[in-house]
Amino acid sequence: MRTPSGHKVYAMAAEYPSPSALYEAAKMVRDAGFKRWDVFSPFPIHGMDDAMGLGKSWLSAVVLVGGITGLLTAAILEFGPSWIIYPLIVHGKPYTWRTVPAFFPIMFELTVLFSAFAAFFAWQLMNGLPRWYHPIFNWARFTRATNDGFFLAIEARDPRFTEIEAREVLERSGGQHITIIHED
Amino acid sequence: MDSASTVPDIIEGETSTSPQRPLARVPLVLNKRNFSWITERISGVVEQPAPRWWWVMFTITSAIASIGLFCIGYQISTGVGTWGLNHPVGWAWDITNFVFWIGIGHAGTLISAILYLLRQKWRTSINRSAEAMTLFAVMCAAIFPGIHVGRVWMAWFLAPLPNNYGIWPNFRSPLMWDVFAVSTYFTVSVLFWYTGLVPDLATLRDRATTKMRKFLLGVFALGWRGSNRHWRHYEMAYLLLAGISTPLVLSVHSVVSFDFATSVLPTWHTTIFPPYFVAGAIFGGFAMVLTLMLPARAIFKLHDIITPQHVDKMAKIILLTGSFVTYAYAMEFFMAWYSGNQYERFAFWNRILGPYWWYWWVGMLFCNMLSPQLFWFRWCRRNVYVVYFVCMCVNAGMWYERFIIIVGGLHRDFLPSSWGLFHATWVDIWTFIGTLGIFTSLFLVFVRFLPSIAMSEVKIVVPEADPHYHSPNGHHSIAAGGKERI
Repeated sequence: MRTPSGHKVYAMAAEYPSPSALYEAAKMVRDAGFKRWDVFSPFPIHGMDDAMGLGKSWLSAVVLVGGITGLLTAAILEFGPSWIIYPLIVHGKPYTWRTVPAFFPIMFELTVLFSAFAAFFAWQLMNGLPRWYHPIFNWARFTRATNDGFFLAIEARDPRFTEIEAREVLERSGGQHITIIHED
Repeated sequence: MDSASTVPDIIEGETSTSPQRPLARVPLVLNKRNFSWITERISGVVEQPAPRWWWVMFTITSAIASIGLFCIGYQISTGVGTWGLNHPVGWAWDITNFVFWIGIGHAGTLISAILYLLRQKWRTSINRSAEAMTLFAVMCAAIFPGIHVGRVWMAWFLAPLPNNYGIWPNFRSPLMWDVFAVSTYFTVSVLFWYTGLVPDLATLRDRATTKMRKFLLGVFALGWRGSNRHWRHYEMAYLLLAGISTPLVLSVHSVVSFDFATSVLPTWHTTIFPPYFVAGAIFGGFAMVLTLMLPARAIFKLHDIITPQHVDKMAKIILLTGSFVTYAYAMEFFMAWYSGNQYERFAFWNRILGPYWWYWWVGMLFCNMLSPQLFWFRWCRRNVYVVYFVCMCVNAGMWYERFIIIVGGLHRDFLPSSWGLFHATWVDIWTFIGTLGIFTSLFLVFVRFLPSIAMSEVKIVVPEADPHYHSPNGHHSIAAGGKERI
């Protein structure tokens, strides 16, 4: 979709005066059947995932995999050298299953370390970050999204998107400064 | 920002004269400040030119840090003999300082992770700077084990790599656990801290005026745009980082305590050490948080964000953990008596009556056990001078405690013929003071260049942030005044 002047349209967007107004608007847009849309706020709004019809984040699964990887890494790192490559008897302590607990601290630490890295990279990759350019930044008002602005944008890619329908739902939900955002 | 002049600083629709509901909670942000006030006040610290006091402070602290760095260089180039270490006291100020600094870090993680899991909303005002404090404290801590080995170029022996004979490090040694625990702790703290910083860096990026600031903040903010689809994964990541940091922080000081507890030395060889060390770490760390936070709050006029309620709650945690520590001290004496072990009994008599007697009476008894008892009284918790006095006592007391445990344990063990005393040299003393300079310099740089309060998190605890919030006169804040907030 393009504007008369030939710009490609990214989205139709509106600003809302408060978190509660944005929350109510999100429910309306969800119920109107839009799929490719998003809300923007300076802080996470409690309950917004439900208002947008989003489920629980599956990031936890990635972190579980990270944790298991860390545990296995530690096990290989410890048992490999200590039991196989160069068994070293210190303080006369043998390598039997009874002495395995002495390996636990490092297993624990590496489980934590790998889980943390998994969480850190997962939240960025799952969000498509880092991405230093984004069409929504073309909207001058949008700088307030990290200060005290509350925004909702319905993307032109949405199968239900028409200018009239998008504008109608944004107006009906109390959106202000309704505008079209260019792709470039 | 031009909006500063047009936006009233309070949430519209609520006036300061509105009657207080009798059962309402005391607000975490006072004077009904709104979102943009929070942004302005916290970003302003970073965006305005450095005030003169900052340069004065930074000059002093960086001079002290330079002396510390010189001492480290001197120690490395000359040898560990520049310290007062000797037989039988082979660990003294170096390991005392290590345990002291690593313990201080624990309060930051407690605030950022454990209080998050416990839904303690008041943590939002203090978590960022407490986490920064953690990082700087762990950096200072890491210096000491690094250089006390004597030949720092052999420090790679700490890594899980085989040496030139193909021998691997002993993975069942507490010292090896320590390497993993501390390095994991530092790494995870950095990741957690940076994750929390990203939305605030985006705030600064969107306010940046110079090209350099726009570029640098733009890069480090990762293109964050406050999308709820992003917040969804972000919050889960934050929750999980908090969840894994919680057992991590408990493990780190437990592992530090294993360095002592797995030995056979009287006063070290006890099973009470892990919880005792963790409680002491949080105790000392909270004192350091307040030591840094109270002046910062006064200088930057952050009284509406770091309120008397925050100070009060931190004082209560100091009282609680101080009581754990007091219990642990008492239990050590009890076990020494109850065990019937003559060496153990002697070591504790020696602790209170031996050559280091005054370290115990001043450091452990007065500073750690008695001074926090003032916090039973509300007046003391609300008086910043009393709070500051107690925090200074605790800072000193926790250093003494580690000295007593380490040197007190080593200087008179089983054989009277090998008894001895420890005498600190000027290198010992100035290396420690130097790390205080490094720590405060890093903290000053932090408050100068990064938002020292988590803006995006403080905004959540403002009542208006609740999606079900309605201002008392039944309108959204926009409608109440009939004018738009531009």
